[in-house]
Amino acid sequence: MKIDNDGAATGKFRMVRHLLGLLCKPSGRWSLGALLVVGFGAGIIFWGGFNTALEVTNTEAFCLSCHEMEQNVYREYRGTIHDTNRSGVRATCPDCHVPKPWFYKIKRKIQASNEVLHKVLGTIDTREKFEAKRLELAKHEWTRMKETDSRECRNCHSFSSFDLSRQQKRAQIRHDEALEEGKTCIDCHKGVAHKLPKGAFDAERELNETWNAAHKK
Amino acid sequence: MKSKIMAIAVALGLALGLGMGSATVSAEDLKGLRGQAVNSPDKAPEVYKVQDGVRHERAYRQQPPLVPHATDKYEIDLKVNQCLRCHEWPYSDQEKAPKISDLHYIDRNGVRQDNVNGNRYVCTQCHVPQVDAKPLVENKFQPAVTNR
Repeated sequence: MKIDNDGAATGKFRMVRHLLGLLCKPSGRWSLGALLVVGFGAGIIFWGGFNTALEVTNTEAFCLSCHEMEQNVYREYRGTIHDTNRSGVRATCPDCHVPKPWFYKIKRKIQASNEVLHKVLGTIDTREKFEAKRLELAKHEWTRMKETDSRECRNCHSFSSFDLSRQQKRAQIRHDEALEEGKTCIDCHKGVAHKLPKGAFDAERELNETWNAAHKK
Repeated sequence: MKSKIMAIAVALGLALGLGMGSATVSAEDLKGLRGQAVNSPDKAPEVYKVQDGVRHERAYRQQPPLVPHATDKYEIDLKVNQCLRCHEWPYSDQEKAPKISDLHYIDRNGVRQDNVNGNRYVCTQCHVPQVDAKPLVENKFQPAVTNR
């Protein structure tokens, strides 16, 4: 019995070795041109397929296919300025939560595999569990925004394009201050599209203090 | 017994008849404050803009100060109160926002606390923004200061 198993194992091992050998050996039958053309064509199809699949995971509909998203953050987002407004220009989930530049987007997507794991584990599958974990999750997003100078906000709201004279008086003053002090959007604009977690303001001050201590002289 | 029932029936009949006779006011004659026939659905109210950056004077001594900005986006619930982010001491100094009066820190036993008391926690119950709407009917109210 044991001998039989060993025999099968060596057989499989040989097959793998044979395949590996095929990959390493130069092709004797196909011309380099044919290989290049076929490789190039297949490359376009695979890369296109990869990008299409990636874009599918970058839609509001995909985010909402998880009930954790639909029943918590999405319902709070409904009716906020980024969901519905006078001109109908919207910012949906990925506009704020997934970076646009390719490298950072892929990095974020790889991090998101951890979120898939917690979806399977059911870490926040009830409202109570979500609220209990909410401050931690919010802090992750606030820190990410702070580290990138609110890059995702600035895809639409760039400081240099602000026309302060068309803002409310109070907004003018505060934005002018923020510009001079080198502040970033998320420093003040928290809970814009979602409700805030319990203890949000203490966490905010703590975050700002540790950040200023580490980054400003 | 029979005559009693008859009497009640006659009285009822008379009452109903009289009631119908006197109900001559038709719905068209009645005027509602909204300038619409009372039996037709109200037209949608106009949407007014919140007065932002306007200083609202108090009309009488005990009046809760009015809010010179929109408040509808600010979350006030068991978890957070976004008004306190700017209006609670010491943050009110940094944000240059009016400080909440100390009276809001006294609990129902008269003891001063360090947090806004629960029965004063829902700011917008008393402090409200104003819109640029005109009164529906003439109003002769005068602020207390003008009579001094």
